[in-house]
Amino acid sequence: MWKFLLPFAAFVGLVVLFAFGLNPSRDIHALPSPLIGKQAPAFALTDVLDPSHAVSNAALKDQVYVLNVWATWCVPCREEHEALLAISRQHVVPIIGLNWKDQRERAKQWLEQLGNPYQAVAFDGDGRTAIEWGVYGAPETYLVDRQGRVVYKFISPMTLQVWDREFLPRIAAARRGGA
Amino acid sequence: MKRPAPGNSVIIALVLAGVMGAFAAFAADQAVDANGQLEDPGLQTRFEGITQQLRCLVCQNESIADSNADLAVDLRRQVREMLVAGKSNDAIFDFMTARYGEFVRFNPPLEPKTLALWGAPFFMLLLGGVIIYRVARQRARMPLDDEPAPGQTRS
Repeated sequence: MWKFLLPFAAFVGLVVLFAFGLNPSRDIHALPSPLIGKQAPAFALTDVLDPSHAVSNAALKDQVYVLNVWATWCVPCREEHEALLAISRQHVVPIIGLNWKDQRERAKQWLEQLGNPYQAVAFDGDGRTAIEWGVYGAPETYLVDRQGRVVYKFISPMTLQVWDREFLPRIAAARRGGA
Repeated sequence: MKRPAPGNSVIIALVLAGVMGAFAAFAADQAVDANGQLEDPGLQTRFEGITQQLRCLVCQNESIADSNADLAVDLRRQVREMLVAGKSNDAIFDFMTARYGEFVRFNPPLEPKTLALWGAPFFMLLLGGVIIYRVARQRARMPLDDEPAPGQTRS
Protein backbone atom coordinates (compact mmCIF):
# COMPACT_ATOMS: atom_id res chain seq x y z
CA MET A 1 0.00 0.00 0.00
CA TRP A 2 2.69 2.51 1.04
CA LYS A 3 4.80 1.47 -1.92
CA PHE A 4 2.12 2.88 -4.18
CA LEU A 5 0.87 5.75 -2.06
CA LEU A 6 4.16 7.43 -1.23
CA PRO A 7 5.40 7.93 -4.82
CA PHE A 8 1.93 9.01 -5.80
CA ALA A 9 1.84 11.62 -3.03
CA ALA A 10 5.29 12.82 -4.09
CA PHE A 11 4.06 13.08 -7.68
CA VAL A 12 1.02 15.13 -6.69
CA GLY A 13 3.29 17.36 -4.59
CA LEU A 14 5.55 17.99 -7.57
CA VAL A 15 2.59 18.76 -9.84
CA VAL A 16 1.34 21.37 -7.38
CA LEU A 17 4.84 22.82 -7.01
CA PHE A 18 5.38 23.06 -10.77
CA ALA A 19 1.90 24.41 -11.43
CA PHE A 20 2.80 27.28 -9.15
CA GLY A 21 6.49 27.65 -9.95
CA LEU A 22 6.32 27.32 -13.73
CA ASN A 23 3.11 29.27 -14.21
CA PRO A 24 3.98 31.55 -17.16
CA SER A 25 1.63 34.31 -16.02
CA ARG A 26 3.41 34.62 -12.69
CA ASP A 27 5.87 37.50 -12.61
CA ILE A 28 8.85 35.99 -10.80
CA HIS A 29 10.19 39.43 -9.97
CA ALA A 30 6.97 40.69 -8.39
CA LEU A 31 7.25 40.78 -4.63
CA PRO A 32 4.50 41.07 -2.07
CA SER A 33 4.53 44.51 -0.48
CA PRO A 34 4.85 44.56 3.31
CA LEU A 35 2.98 47.87 3.13
CA ILE A 36 -0.40 46.25 2.42
CA GLY A 37 -2.79 47.03 5.26
CA LYS A 38 -0.38 49.58 6.71
CA GLN A 39 -0.52 53.34 6.75
CA ALA A 40 0.71 54.82 3.48
CA PRO A 41 3.97 56.75 3.99
CA ALA A 42 3.37 60.47 4.04
CA PHE A 43 5.13 62.61 1.49
CA ALA A 44 5.34 66.32 0.80
CA LEU A 45 7.06 67.08 -2.47
CA THR A 46 6.87 69.69 -5.16
CA ASP A 47 4.79 69.47 -8.29
CA VAL A 48 6.63 68.40 -11.43
CA LEU A 49 4.85 71.04 -13.47
CA ASP A 50 5.23 73.82 -10.93
CA PRO A 51 8.05 73.64 -8.35
CA SER A 52 6.39 76.32 -6.25
CA HIS A 53 3.34 74.11 -5.82
CA ALA A 54 3.36 71.38 -3.13
CA VAL A 55 2.01 67.86 -3.59
CA SER A 56 1.27 65.97 -0.41
CA ASN A 57 -0.86 62.93 0.34
CA ALA A 58 -2.04 64.58 3.56
CA ALA A 59 -4.31 66.60 1.28
CA LEU A 60 -5.97 63.34 0.18
CA LYS A 61 -7.16 62.33 3.62
CA ASP A 62 -10.59 60.68 3.60
CA GLN A 63 -10.24 59.94 -0.10
CA VAL A 64 -9.54 56.75 -1.95
CA TYR A 65 -6.70 57.46 -4.37
CA VAL A 66 -4.22 55.78 -6.67
CA LEU A 67 -0.50 56.49 -6.64
CA ASN A 68 1.32 55.67 -9.85
CA VAL A 69 5.12 55.56 -9.87
CA TRP A 70 6.60 56.46 -13.22
CA ALA A 71 9.60 58.02 -14.96
CA THR A 72 10.49 59.11 -18.46
CA TRP A 73 13.40 56.63 -18.53
CA CYS A 74 10.96 53.81 -17.86
CA VAL A 75 9.90 52.16 -21.11
CA PRO A 76 6.91 50.20 -19.73
CA CYS A 77 5.61 53.50 -18.27
CA ARG A 78 5.06 54.73 -21.77
CA GLU A 79 3.30 51.49 -22.53
CA GLU A 80 0.78 52.01 -19.71
CA HIS A 81 0.26 55.70 -20.39
CA GLU A 82 -2.71 55.22 -22.73
CA ALA A 83 -4.42 53.06 -20.13
CA LEU A 84 -3.82 55.67 -17.42
CA LEU A 85 -5.31 58.36 -19.65
CA ALA A 86 -8.38 56.22 -20.28
CA ILE A 87 -8.70 55.49 -16.55
CA SER A 88 -8.40 59.16 -15.64
CA ARG A 89 -11.26 59.94 -18.03
CA GLN A 90 -13.46 57.59 -15.98
CA HIS A 91 -13.06 59.98 -13.01
CA VAL A 92 -13.35 57.14 -10.50
CA VAL A 93 -10.55 58.15 -8.15
CA PRO A 94 -7.80 60.77 -8.29
CA ILE A 95 -4.57 59.42 -9.77
CA ILE A 96 -1.49 60.92 -8.17
CA GLY A 97 1.78 60.54 -10.03
CA LEU A 98 5.11 59.96 -8.34
CA ASN A 99 7.79 60.95 -10.79
CA TRP A 100 10.71 58.80 -9.66
CA LYS A 101 14.37 59.77 -10.13
CA ASP A 102 13.66 61.78 -13.20
CA GLN A 103 14.37 65.21 -14.61
CA ARG A 104 11.71 67.84 -14.24
CA GLU A 105 12.04 69.12 -17.80
CA ARG A 106 11.74 65.67 -19.32
CA ALA A 107 8.77 64.80 -17.15
CA LYS A 108 7.07 68.05 -18.13
CA GLN A 109 7.68 67.36 -21.79
CA TRP A 110 6.31 63.82 -21.45
CA LEU A 111 3.08 65.07 -19.91
CA GLU A 112 2.69 67.82 -22.47
CA GLN A 113 3.26 65.50 -25.41
CA LEU A 114 1.40 62.39 -24.24
CA GLY A 115 -1.29 63.94 -22.07
CA ASN A 116 -1.60 64.17 -18.30
CA PRO A 117 -3.67 61.51 -16.52
CA TYR A 118 -2.68 62.75 -13.07
CA GLN A 119 -4.47 65.07 -10.69
CA ALA A 120 -1.03 66.03 -9.44
CA VAL A 121 2.48 64.71 -10.01
CA ALA A 122 4.94 64.74 -7.13
CA PHE A 123 8.58 65.11 -8.09
CA ASP A 124 10.79 62.59 -6.29
CA GLY A 125 14.11 63.43 -7.90
CA ASP A 126 16.32 61.80 -5.28
CA GLY A 127 14.11 58.74 -4.79
CA ARG A 128 13.66 59.13 -1.03
CA THR A 129 9.88 58.99 -1.12
CA ALA A 130 10.09 55.92 -3.36
CA ILE A 131 12.22 54.15 -0.70
CA GLU A 132 9.56 54.95 1.89
CA TRP A 133 6.97 53.26 -0.32
CA GLY A 134 9.21 50.30 -1.07
CA VAL A 135 9.36 51.08 -4.77
CA TYR A 136 11.87 48.88 -6.60
CA GLY A 137 10.89 49.37 -10.20
CA ALA A 138 8.62 51.38 -12.38
CA PRO A 139 5.78 51.37 -13.09
CA GLU A 140 4.15 50.51 -9.79
CA THR A 141 0.61 51.45 -8.85
CA TYR A 142 -0.74 51.66 -5.29
CA LEU A 143 -4.31 51.92 -4.06
CA VAL A 144 -4.87 53.81 -0.80
CA ASP A 145 -8.14 53.75 1.13
CA ARG A 146 -9.92 56.51 3.04
CA GLN A 147 -8.10 55.70 6.26
CA GLY A 148 -4.85 56.22 4.41
CA ARG A 149 -3.93 52.52 4.32
CA VAL A 150 -2.31 50.86 1.35
CA VAL A 151 -4.86 48.37 0.05
CA TYR A 152 -3.16 47.02 -3.04
CA LYS A 153 0.04 47.26 -5.01
CA PHE A 154 0.30 46.40 -8.67
CA ILE A 155 3.72 45.89 -10.24
CA SER A 156 3.76 46.05 -14.06
CA PRO A 157 2.26 48.35 -16.66
CA MET A 158 -1.35 49.18 -15.92
CA THR A 159 -3.97 47.95 -18.38
CA LEU A 160 -7.71 48.47 -18.52
CA GLN A 161 -8.19 44.77 -17.81
CA VAL A 162 -6.12 45.02 -14.63
CA TRP A 163 -7.98 48.16 -13.69
CA ASP A 164 -11.37 46.48 -14.09
CA ARG A 165 -10.34 43.22 -12.46
CA GLU A 166 -8.06 44.30 -9.60
CA PHE A 167 -8.73 47.95 -8.87
CA LEU A 168 -12.42 48.69 -9.37
CA PRO A 169 -13.68 46.00 -6.93
CA ARG A 170 -11.15 47.12 -4.31
CA ILE A 171 -12.09 50.77 -4.79
CA ALA A 172 -15.76 49.89 -4.30
CA ALA A 173 -14.88 47.94 -1.14
CA ALA A 174 -12.69 50.77 0.15
CA ARG A 175 -15.57 53.20 -0.37
CA ARG A 176 -18.01 50.96 1.50
CA GLY A 177 -15.71 50.22 4.41
CA GLY A 178 -15.15 52.93 7.01
CA ALA A 179 -16.83 56.31 7.13
CA MET B 1 67.22 18.39 -31.27
CA LYS B 2 64.88 20.97 -29.83
CA ARG B 3 63.44 20.65 -26.40
CA PRO B 4 60.67 22.96 -25.27
CA ALA B 5 62.14 25.48 -22.91
CA PRO B 6 60.85 24.82 -19.40
CA GLY B 7 60.64 28.56 -18.82
CA ASN B 8 57.80 28.92 -21.34
CA SER B 9 55.23 27.01 -19.37
CA VAL B 10 56.18 28.90 -16.23
CA ILE B 11 55.65 32.19 -18.02
CA ILE B 12 52.31 31.06 -19.44
CA ALA B 13 51.19 29.91 -15.98
CA LEU B 14 52.22 33.22 -14.47
CA VAL B 15 50.39 35.21 -17.15
CA LEU B 16 47.26 33.09 -16.70
CA ALA B 17 47.41 33.49 -12.94
CA GLY B 18 47.79 37.22 -13.40
CA VAL B 19 44.81 37.48 -15.73
CA MET B 20 42.65 35.36 -13.44
CA GLY B 21 43.72 37.38 -10.43
CA ALA B 22 42.80 40.57 -12.22
CA PHE B 23 39.34 39.20 -12.99
CA ALA B 24 38.89 38.06 -9.40
CA ALA B 25 39.91 41.46 -8.12
CA PHE B 26 37.51 43.07 -10.57
CA ALA B 27 34.65 40.80 -9.52
CA ALA B 28 35.30 41.32 -5.83
CA ASP B 29 35.41 45.05 -6.26
CA GLN B 30 32.50 46.74 -4.57
CA ALA B 31 30.44 49.29 -6.32
CA VAL B 32 31.84 52.65 -5.28
CA ASP B 33 29.77 55.69 -4.57
CA ALA B 34 30.72 59.21 -5.47
CA ASN B 35 31.05 60.19 -1.83
CA GLY B 36 33.62 57.48 -1.15
CA GLN B 37 34.28 55.76 2.15
CA LEU B 38 32.91 56.69 5.52
CA GLU B 39 35.42 58.55 7.65
CA ASP B 40 35.00 56.33 10.68
CA PRO B 41 36.57 52.93 9.81
CA GLY B 42 34.22 51.20 12.27
CA LEU B 43 31.19 52.63 10.46
CA GLN B 44 32.73 51.71 7.11
CA THR B 45 33.08 48.08 8.23
CA ARG B 46 29.47 48.03 9.42
CA PHE B 47 28.38 49.72 6.18
CA GLU B 48 30.05 46.99 4.14
CA GLY B 49 28.57 44.26 6.32
CA ILE B 50 25.05 45.63 6.08
CA THR B 51 25.07 46.37 2.37
CA GLN B 52 26.31 42.84 1.63
CA GLN B 53 23.32 41.48 3.56
CA LEU B 54 20.75 43.46 1.60
CA ARG B 55 19.42 42.27 -1.71
CA CYS B 56 19.29 44.61 -4.66
CA LEU B 57 15.68 44.22 -5.74
CA VAL B 58 16.36 45.28 -9.31
CA CYS B 59 19.00 42.60 -9.94
CA GLN B 60 17.83 40.08 -7.41
CA ASN B 61 20.94 37.95 -7.15
CA GLU B 62 23.19 40.84 -6.24
CA SER B 63 23.60 42.60 -2.95
CA ILE B 64 23.25 46.36 -2.84
CA ALA B 65 26.99 46.43 -2.06
CA ASP B 66 27.81 44.93 -5.46
CA SER B 67 25.15 46.47 -7.62
CA ASN B 68 25.39 49.61 -9.67
CA ALA B 69 21.64 49.83 -10.17
CA ASP B 70 20.14 53.20 -9.38
CA LEU B 71 18.06 51.78 -6.56
CA ALA B 72 21.12 50.13 -4.99
CA VAL B 73 22.91 53.48 -5.03
CA ASP B 74 19.91 55.06 -3.28
CA LEU B 75 19.71 52.29 -0.70
CA ARG B 76 23.44 52.55 0.03
CA ARG B 77 22.94 56.25 0.60
CA GLN B 78 20.10 55.41 2.96
CA VAL B 79 22.25 52.91 4.92
CA ARG B 80 25.10 55.39 5.09
CA GLU B 81 22.89 58.16 6.40
CA MET B 82 21.32 55.92 9.02
CA LEU B 83 24.77 54.78 10.20
CA VAL B 84 26.00 58.34 10.48
CA ALA B 85 22.81 59.19 12.39
CA GLY B 86 23.80 56.54 14.92
CA LYS B 87 21.21 53.88 14.02
CA SER B 88 21.91 50.27 15.01
CA ASN B 89 22.30 47.48 12.44
CA ASP B 90 18.97 46.02 13.56
CA ALA B 91 17.25 49.37 13.10
CA ILE B 92 18.58 49.55 9.54
CA PHE B 93 17.50 45.98 8.70
CA ASP B 94 14.08 46.69 10.21
CA PHE B 95 13.79 49.84 8.13
CA MET B 96 14.51 47.90 4.92
CA THR B 97 12.29 44.95 5.84
CA ALA B 98 9.35 47.24 6.65
CA ARG B 99 9.56 48.71 3.15
CA TYR B 100 10.76 45.88 0.94
CA GLY B 101 9.80 42.74 2.89
CA GLU B 102 11.87 39.83 4.22
CA PHE B 103 13.08 39.15 0.69
CA VAL B 104 15.44 42.11 0.92
CA ARG B 105 17.54 40.25 3.50
CA PHE B 106 20.02 37.61 2.36
CA ASN B 107 20.12 36.30 5.91
CA PRO B 108 16.56 36.46 7.22
CA PRO B 109 16.02 35.94 10.96
CA LEU B 110 14.64 32.63 12.18
CA GLU B 111 10.98 33.13 13.06
CA PRO B 112 7.70 31.27 12.47
CA LYS B 113 7.35 32.83 9.00
CA THR B 114 10.82 31.70 7.90
CA LEU B 115 10.73 28.31 9.61
CA ALA B 116 10.12 26.44 6.34
CA LEU B 117 13.04 28.29 4.74
CA TRP B 118 15.50 27.45 7.51
CA GLY B 119 14.08 24.02 8.26
CA ALA B 120 13.90 22.66 4.69
CA PRO B 121 17.61 21.69 4.42
CA PHE B 122 17.46 19.77 7.70
CA PHE B 123 14.21 18.13 6.67
CA MET B 124 15.83 17.06 3.38
CA LEU B 125 18.83 15.70 5.25
CA LEU B 126 16.58 13.74 7.58
CA LEU B 127 14.54 12.42 4.66
CA GLY B 128 17.69 11.33 2.82
CA GLY B 129 18.98 9.66 5.97
CA VAL B 130 15.77 7.70 6.43
CA ILE B 131 15.81 6.56 2.79
CA ILE B 132 19.45 5.46 2.97
CA TYR B 133 18.83 3.65 6.26
CA ARG B 134 15.88 1.74 4.83
CA VAL B 135 17.65 0.82 1.60
CA ALA B 136 20.70 -0.32 3.54
CA ARG B 137 18.63 -2.52 5.82
CA GLN B 138 16.84 -4.07 2.87
CA ARG B 139 20.16 -4.80 1.18
CA ALA B 140 21.55 -6.34 4.36
CA ARG B 141 18.73 -8.86 4.37
CA MET B 142 19.36 -9.89 0.75
CA PRO B 143 22.01 -12.55 0.15
CA LEU B 144 24.82 -11.53 -2.14
CA ASP B 145 24.95 -13.45 -5.43
CA ASP B 146 28.57 -14.46 -5.19
CA GLU B 147 28.48 -15.35 -1.53
CA PRO B 148 29.02 -19.03 -0.99
CA ALA B 149 26.16 -20.76 0.75
CA PRO B 150 27.03 -22.08 4.17
CA GLY B 151 28.89 -25.40 4.06
CA GLN B 152 30.16 -24.86 0.53
CA THR B 153 33.59 -23.82 -0.49
CA ARG B 154 34.45 -21.49 -3.25
CA SER B 155 35.69 -23.28 -6.33
